[in-house]
Formats: sequence, structure tokens, C-alpha cells
Amino acid sequence: MATMTMAQALNTALRDAMTEDPTVLVFGEDVGPLGGVFRITDGLTRDFGEERCFDTPLAEAGIVGTAVGMAMYGYKPVVEMQFDAFAYPAFEQITSHVAKLHNRTRGALSLPMVIRVPYGGGIGGVEHHCDSSEAYYAHTPGLRVVTPGTPEDGYRMLRDAIADPDPVVFLEPKRRYWSKGEVDTAAPGPALDSAVVRRQGSSATLIAYGPMVALAMEAAAAAEDEGWDLEVIDLRSLAPFDEQTVADSVRKTGRAVVVHEASTFGGYGAEVVARITEQCFHHLEAPVLRVGGLDIPYPPPKLEEHHLPSVDRILDAVDRLQWEATSG
Amino acid sequence: MTTRPAPLGLDLLPGDPVQLLSPAGEAVGELPAPEVLLDLHRRLVVGRRFDRQAQALVKQGRLAVYPSSSGQEACQVAPVAALQPTDWVFPTYRESVALVSRGIDPVEVLTLLRGDWHCGYNPREWRTAPQCTPLGTQAPHAVGLAHAARLKGDDVVALCFLGDGSTSEGDVHEALNFAAVYQAPVVFLVQNNGWAISVPLSKQTKAPSIAHKGIGYGVPGVRVDGNDAAAVWSVTQTAIGWARAGNGPTLIEAHTYRMDAHTNADDATRYRTEEELTGWRDKDPVERLERYLRTAGLLTDEISSGVAEEAEALATDLRTRMNEDPKVDPLELFEHVYTRPTASLRAQREALSAELAAHEEDAR
Repeated sequence: MATMTMAQALNTALRDAMTEDPTVLVFGEDVGPLGGVFRITDGLTRDFGEERCFDTPLAEAGIVGTAVGMAMYGYKPVVEMQFDAFAYPAFEQITSHVAKLHNRTRGALSLPMVIRVPYGGGIGGVEHHCDSSEAYYAHTPGLRVVTPGTPEDGYRMLRDAIADPDPVVFLEPKRRYWSKGEVDTAAPGPALDSAVVRRQGSSATLIAYGPMVALAMEAAAAAEDEGWDLEVIDLRSLAPFDEQTVADSVRKTGRAVVVHEASTFGGYGAEVVARITEQCFHHLEAPVLRVGGLDIPYPPPKLEEHHLPSVDRILDAVDRLQWEATSG
Repeated sequence: MTTRPAPLGLDLLPGDPVQLLSPAGEAVGELPAPEVLLDLHRRLVVGRRFDRQAQALVKQGRLAVYPSSSGQEACQVAPVAALQPTDWVFPTYRESVALVSRGIDPVEVLTLLRGDWHCGYNPREWRTAPQCTPLGTQAPHAVGLAHAARLKGDDVVALCFLGDGSTSEGDVHEALNFAAVYQAPVVFLVQNNGWAISVPLSKQTKAPSIAHKGIGYGVPGVRVDGNDAAAVWSVTQTAIGWARAGNGPTLIEAHTYRMDAHTNADDATRYRTEEELTGWRDKDPVERLERYLRTAGLLTDEISSGVAEEAEALATDLRTRMNEDPKVDPLELFEHVYTRPTASLRAQREALSAELAAHEEDAR
């Protein structure tokens, strides 16, 4: 057990994976001697050599496309897209090839590769550096889309993603890179595709993932003062979606709020709300609400606080869950 | 500009197209060995017969669509003949003849065009990627695989088929650049048939030639008469050897012509002239090699009829097997989306299964 930041946990995961499995390769833009713009690959070239961690030409489709070819030949590439919005040039490779090759070859070829994407805002980044792009990937059959909310999950989920025979889009909440937590690298942890209950509660369920898990926990702590005992679910895996864990919680509490940074319209939360409605309708005391980003392009640093979900907005949403309608 | 010494026209500054046999079938350069020429002839004849049979199968409703490579057979079979079984091929949708020449069962090659959901053959067994539809997107795969093989110290070359239109795509640009930077053992073979469906090459690029595009990446480019099987074989053989020896990628531009429309669904008379077609009929790749082999006394009646029999046997077998309705299991649609099915897919599979059972019940 050690205390480390999520960035350190991710770096440790890459190191441990590369040490254990010589077929694991890391490549992307500036991931070599610099160690990546967020230093997630710090020291890997030095310690594992340039053949196993290397800088590529600046071309995201080329990075993902060559990773496909390398995975076809038995390597496990872990590629870094420098920022969320910089991954869009690779979108065709991801949706037409990475997601589909196993299916197109009737299972003859699998693609054990990981596409790491630092995503989301809250760090005062300028335009094209703060997108929440999870819904694009989660909508594509064939991709596993996961996002850690804690340093320990950063370590465990990246290890599991690298070991997974399916391609994984690994979304790293960049605002959480520097948050610290206890990490037990020996603990097996929950399955990669399962959600976890981060906080037990009885009044309502907050459903969050990635950058919003910590905020939801903060909101739940603040809600105690209002007399609400909130349950918090960390989805961890967006595709596949752990419907069982979410449904079990909402059937128990009867109320739910989904929180994400991404623009609300057509966002991942819409799918979560739809699933809850289908599975838990007769248990619901109120409509399931969403607290998400505004439906605007990501705003400039000075205005991002108006766009992003906050504790206040989460508590406001909880307050609107028709408490007067029940005796509780 | 720096140039590297390279054999047979492999140079940063591409020269005139390499030609070893004139359209009339006269030797105008140093030809490959007779057994290579006879093998190329056999592959051309069988490939053309397959292509004609596939076109007939479309008319009979047995194939959903077929992009013919009639006229381009030399570009299809000669590069494949120059490969080792351990090398990899990255084909587009127009490479059916190349894949049959690689030895893949023709029915498997046509599986996708027949209307099934997968590529038909096992890419690992045949070291041949699925035929790629999104233009040029297979090019970085070829580079990645070649780079991976080199890292492992394996003696493997990747051959990437491309068309002239696809050279406008970003992925092709990125692939050429990565291949050069990694010095990856890849051969990019562009079949320049002059048309990207209806758009002529003049609207695709202002480069002096497609081979010239290699200059910008530091990749040697070479042009070749794509209807001269002997020249295509020699040039690709040289490029493959060049790559295998660790010298990096090559960009080959093969000048050819697709004698039929883009696919059976296309009407080429809307954009091409009869004169253009006539000019290319005189350059036919099969007749050209056949004329040479006959004159040189290499192609006897006995060999010729043997080849014709092989071609006819392939066509007959293909016809027979394609006339059977393929067995497709709707429930298999869920099997390979992931290596292990998700709960959501399991639920959808059950729902479809119930639907199918209900239909069966109704049909009784």
C-alpha cells in the first residue's frame, strides 16, 4: 500500500505491465524522453528502451492505425492521445477498425490495445484541451470504454485494460491526475467492467464517473447537513454499462441523479437515465435528473466554472427529487 | 536532395515507368526467368476467369456487389507472386483476384460481397488482412505490422494495395510518413487506373506522378507499366527485397486501367469515353504476356490448355458453391463484437432468439 497521485499510479501501472509482459509497448506524441505532457510515461523510455516506449510522428490516425497493425502481430500497444480533442483525427481508425476488427474477422484477430485519452476540463485549459468525448466512444459497439475516478482505480483499471483481449478506450480525468490516494498494487480490485458503490446511502443515488466521482462524494458529504443520506456509484466502465449495480441501488433509494462534465444533450447520462427508467420505473419516486455541462463548446478558463457541474448544482438537483411527494 | 543507391528504378526521384514487355509482347528489358513468366501467365488467366465468374454471379443475384479488377490483373497477381507465404497483404475491396492468387478459397474471398458480415477467410492463416473499404485506412495497419515484425526480428514484409484516389486520403500520407520514419519493411503498391469512381486523376492531384509523392516522405518511388506483369513482378520483387534487407519502404505506382465500371452498380459511360477504353484494350496484360510466351516458344498448347482447364475448374466450382444459399446464423451477429459477450449483448441475443422462434412458430 502506498500513497500516490493518479498520475503516479498510471505510470506505475505502465511500468508494471511493461515489466511483466514484454509485448506491452507505449507510444504516442512526446511520450518518450519528455514523459508525456502530463508525465504519465515519465522514465519509461529511459528504463525500457526506445523500442518499447517511443515518440511517433505527430499524427493521431497514424498512431492508432499503426497500433492496429502492431496488435495484429502480437504486441499490446498502449497509445497516448495527448488531449481529448486531439484524438479526433484518429476517430475513423477507432470506429472503423479498432472497434470492428475482431468482428470483421469472425474472432480470428483480436486487438489487445489501449488508447489512453486524458479528458475533461477543470484545469483551466484553452479550447480543444478539455472535451469530454466519452459518448462518442461509448456509442461504438466493439470498444470497451472505462474511466478511473481514484488513484487506485487508475492503477488497477489500466493494468486490467492492458491485459484485456479487447480494445479499451481508457479515459483519464486530467483534473484528477494530481489527486492523492492509497494504492494497493497487489489488490485484484473489482472487474474492469463493473461499477462500484463508493458510498452507501438510502435517500438517493448519485451516479458519476471519472472526474465527477470526487465531486459526487463531496456533494454527498455536504448533503448530510441537509438530512440526505446519498449513495454514490462510480460507474468506472461506461461500455459495457453495469446496469445491475445501478439498478440495485436505485431500486433501494427510489431517486437518482446522474452527474457528468460532458454537455448534457445526447450525453452518456441520457443512456443511464433511460436504463434506470426501463429497469426501475415502479421504484422511482421522482424523475431521474442529470447534472451535466452546458450545451456549449467548452468555455475559456475564466468561464469554465459556469459550465462544469458543482456541489451546489448537484445538491439543487437532489433537492428537486420531489421529496414532498413521499412520507420519507 | 539526398538520394540512396537503389536497384531497378527505386530512387527518390521516380523515372519513367518500368516496362519489360511492350504492348505487342516484345521484350524491351531484362525479363524474369521463364518459370516465373509461366507462373504469372497461369495466375493471370485464372484471375481473369475468376473475375468474369464473379461478375456473372452478380447478375445472377448471388453477389450483392462486385468491384471488378478486369484489366488490372497484372497488378493483382504479380505482386502476390513476388511475396513469401510469411509476408502480409493489406488489400482493398478491389483485390479479390489478388486474394484468389494468394491461394485463398474464392468462396471465402467473396463471403463479404455475398452479403455476410465477416471477411470470410482467416487473416492469420493467410497473412492477409480483411479487404478494406474505408479508403487508405489499411495503410497504417501495414506499417504497424511491418514495424512490429521488424521489432521481433522476423523476416516479414507487408504489401499494401492502394488505388490512385486513396492517395488523397490523410491515412495514406500518415502511413508513408510513419513507414519512412520507422524504416518499416512495407511496399505500397498504388494501382493508378486513372479514375476514382468517376473522378479523374487530374482532379485528385497536381503531383507530377503518384510515385513523386514519395519524395516528400523520403520514400523511394518507382513507376511501372501496370499492364506488364513481368515489369510489375520485377519491380515489386525488387522493392520487397529492398524492404526485407532493412532499407525501408517503397512507393510503387502501377499505371493500369479498370476495363469495367467501378462496380456493377456504377455506369462508367457517364464519365469515360469509348476511345479511352479502346486504347487500353490494346495494352491488355493477359494477351501481352501470352504473345511473348508463344513467340518465345515457352507457352505450348499443352501448358495453355492445362491453364485453361484449371481456370475453368475454378469457375465451375465457384459457380456451384455460390449457387447454394449461404447459411447465416443471425445469432452469430453477437458472438464476436467482443471477445467475451456483455450482459447487454446477451440480453439482445435472447430477444432476437425469441423473435426467431416466434417467426418459426408462425411459419408452421
